[in-house]
Amino acid sequence: MNDVRLRVNGVARQTAVPDHESLLTTLRERLGLPGSKNACEQGECGSCSVLMDSELVCSCLVLTAGADGRAIETVESLGADGVLHPVQQAFVDAGAVQCGFCTPGLIVAAYALLRENPEPSDLEVREALSGNLCRCTGYGTILAAVQRASRAMYRR
Amino acid sequence: MAVHVARDVDDATRAVAVDERAELIAGGTDLMVEINFGRRRPGALVAIDRVQELRGISRSGRVRVGAGVTYTQLLADDAGSAALREASRSVGSPQIRNAGTIGGNIATSSPAGDALPVLAALEATIVVRSVRGERRVPFAEWMTGPKRNGRARDEIIVAAEWESAGPKQTFMKVGTRNAMVIAVASLALVVDASRRRVGVALGSCGPTILRADRAQSFAAGVLDELGWERQAAPTETACAEFGALVASAARPIDDVRGTAAYRSHVLSVMAARALARVAVLG
Repeated sequence: MNDVRLRVNGVARQTAVPDHESLLTTLRERLGLPGSKNACEQGECGSCSVLMDSELVCSCLVLTAGADGRAIETVESLGADGVLHPVQQAFVDAGAVQCGFCTPGLIVAAYALLRENPEPSDLEVREALSGNLCRCTGYGTILAAVQRASRAMYRR
Repeated sequence: MAVHVARDVDDATRAVAVDERAELIAGGTDLMVEINFGRRRPGALVAIDRVQELRGISRSGRVRVGAGVTYTQLLADDAGSAALREASRSVGSPQIRNAGTIGGNIATSSPAGDALPVLAALEATIVVRSVRGERRVPFAEWMTGPKRNGRARDEIIVAAEWESAGPKQTFMKVGTRNAMVIAVASLALVVDASRRRVGVALGSCGPTILRADRAQSFAAGVLDELGWERQAAPTETACAEFGALVASAARPIDDVRGTAAYRSHVLSVMAARALARVAVLG
């Protein structure tokens, strides 16, 4: 086992993990944060997306024991006390959630995009979300949700 | 040591030297998939993703890209190679580009590795280091088969280096979509006008990255006539002939991603377009 210290959603966390454990498993099974979803475990679907030291990554491809000392932000860090983050609210308002499984990863990816690029073009949104698969919506409502979130967050 | 987070290259080379079970992990985009699916269980792991000396790009004379440079970094700073920038943008998705490194591509040595045809066409040198010292391997001698290369178990890839080749270069790739795709076929074309050299390299069209020697000689002849430094378009006939010569250099197979016949066809089309594209760049 490896003793690992992480800063998760602003809180210092310490846990012991086996050598081969992914950050996704650590978040879900040890740290009580099941928002990041486990689907493909090979970086294809994006449903486990988190920010690691402010960079969007697939948590299934992060070796937890190698991430000692890193800062992690999960979907649980967005919104607080029953108040949705503007990106989350935009997904609800645009009808961009169907089964909901891909939604946390898309919310994190959209949040990461809008932080860097407050007013993305539709093509920039498509490229930024190209690592997140949704099998329900056909993506149209998701693209609309990101533009809606951009307007809400930056009042354009 | 089961998992060791390396501080610097010396620390990493010592760690892999003392434990013969140790494997290296950088971005994890290849190795973690193997681990998650139970196909590999390394007895020890040395994480090198935060080794700063692997993350630099320098352009004083030769170009040197540290093995730990991610594709996202290569999009922000293309290391003077337009083809490498194009290849980097075609890698995976934002998530994968934030984690995956050029050193990982070199280490995995998949014939489909997106950066590899570019390194081949640039005639890059791979720099590896171990506690036994440093070694430099021409890319042409690096890959020995699909996912096989000349790296010894205790060696760490530290950088790729090449002579800057100017603006006339491009990378092309065919797959089922733009993102998250393993190339069905890919091609890098580098026209180094100052050295009068043409480099053509093919991905996903053989057991290793292949060079198209006859196509290179043919393109050099075309450029002798057109003028290497000029921005002049070759004739359609010349582009088609170049495409046919590139396709004849492939050793493609039928697999789940495409047939050998399709790969040969798509190479001829990409190569003709690539020559027409780079000839007018300047």
